[in-house]
Amino acid sequence: MKVEFLFWKGCPSHDVALERLRQVMAEEGINSPVEIVEIETEEGAMAAHFVGSPTIRIDGQDIDPPDEEAIYGLTCRVYHHEDGRATPLPTHNLIRQALLAACEPG
Amino acid sequence: MANLAIGDKAIDFSLLGVDDKTHALAEYAGSDLLAVIFYCNHCPYVLAWEDRLIEAQRDYADRGVQFILINSNDPNRYTVDDFPHMKTHAQEKGFPFPYLFDESQEIARAYGAGYTPEIFLFDSDRRLGYHGAPDDNYDEPGAVKRTYLRDALDALLAGKSPAVAQTPPVGCTIKWRR
Repeated sequence: MKVEFLFWKGCPSHDVALERLRQVMAEEGINSPVEIVEIETEEGAMAAHFVGSPTIRIDGQDIDPPDEEAIYGLTCRVYHHEDGRATPLPTHNLIRQALLAACEPG
Repeated sequence: MANLAIGDKAIDFSLLGVDDKTHALAEYAGSDLLAVIFYCNHCPYVLAWEDRLIEAQRDYADRGVQFILINSNDPNRYTVDDFPHMKTHAQEKGFPFPYLFDESQEIARAYGAGYTPEIFLFDSDRRLGYHGAPDDNYDEPGAVKRTYLRDALDALLAGKSPAVAQTPPVGCTIKWRR
């Protein structure tokens, strides 16, 4: 399994999000390495199709696929709790579901 | 880094609000405390704290506390932060406070604001009494341990200095014009 963690340091929650990703992976017994990619420029954001920090991709699939109209750039990304509240962090459940989906036989 | 230190006077502004009226500092002379909060539509930290700020304004309105939100982001970089989207957002959320557009970004630069949200709370003499974040947990309202803004409001309304007068602002960077 390929796990990518893309972040822009202008958003303060990336360290918490990375810790959360690693915690969920450990809980699910997934020991794949996490490839950490720092996005530093608008050009880099365009090249990486980066819609905001943090972004987690499992086998190339965004765990929360953005809208087609989403703009690439250096920004903080909006996630949502199960009750609809906005948050800068991907939830444990969102990460878990994406990891488990990637583990399912094709 | 903010240009204002604790005890410094508020900087005047004259900005268009989502009510299509121009608002200036002097207009709020009747308010005991005034919070100038740098804000925007797109930032997840703003959105995560938004209901708590609305609730705080409602809770303290009858005690002479006025919040003012100022969006200084360059809308060419984030369309959702443009003036029409500000109007829509304020209406959808039922904002109980003015939401002003700092199109030139001069007010953000004058205050030395760098983030959204970033709070500058002024006392009755319009001297800075608290600067920083709303509380210590953007993600989980139920897990908040330090209610910095409310504690500062209570202290200043009682004529005291807040025990915590400064915290690091936590949020998105202001999107400056290039």
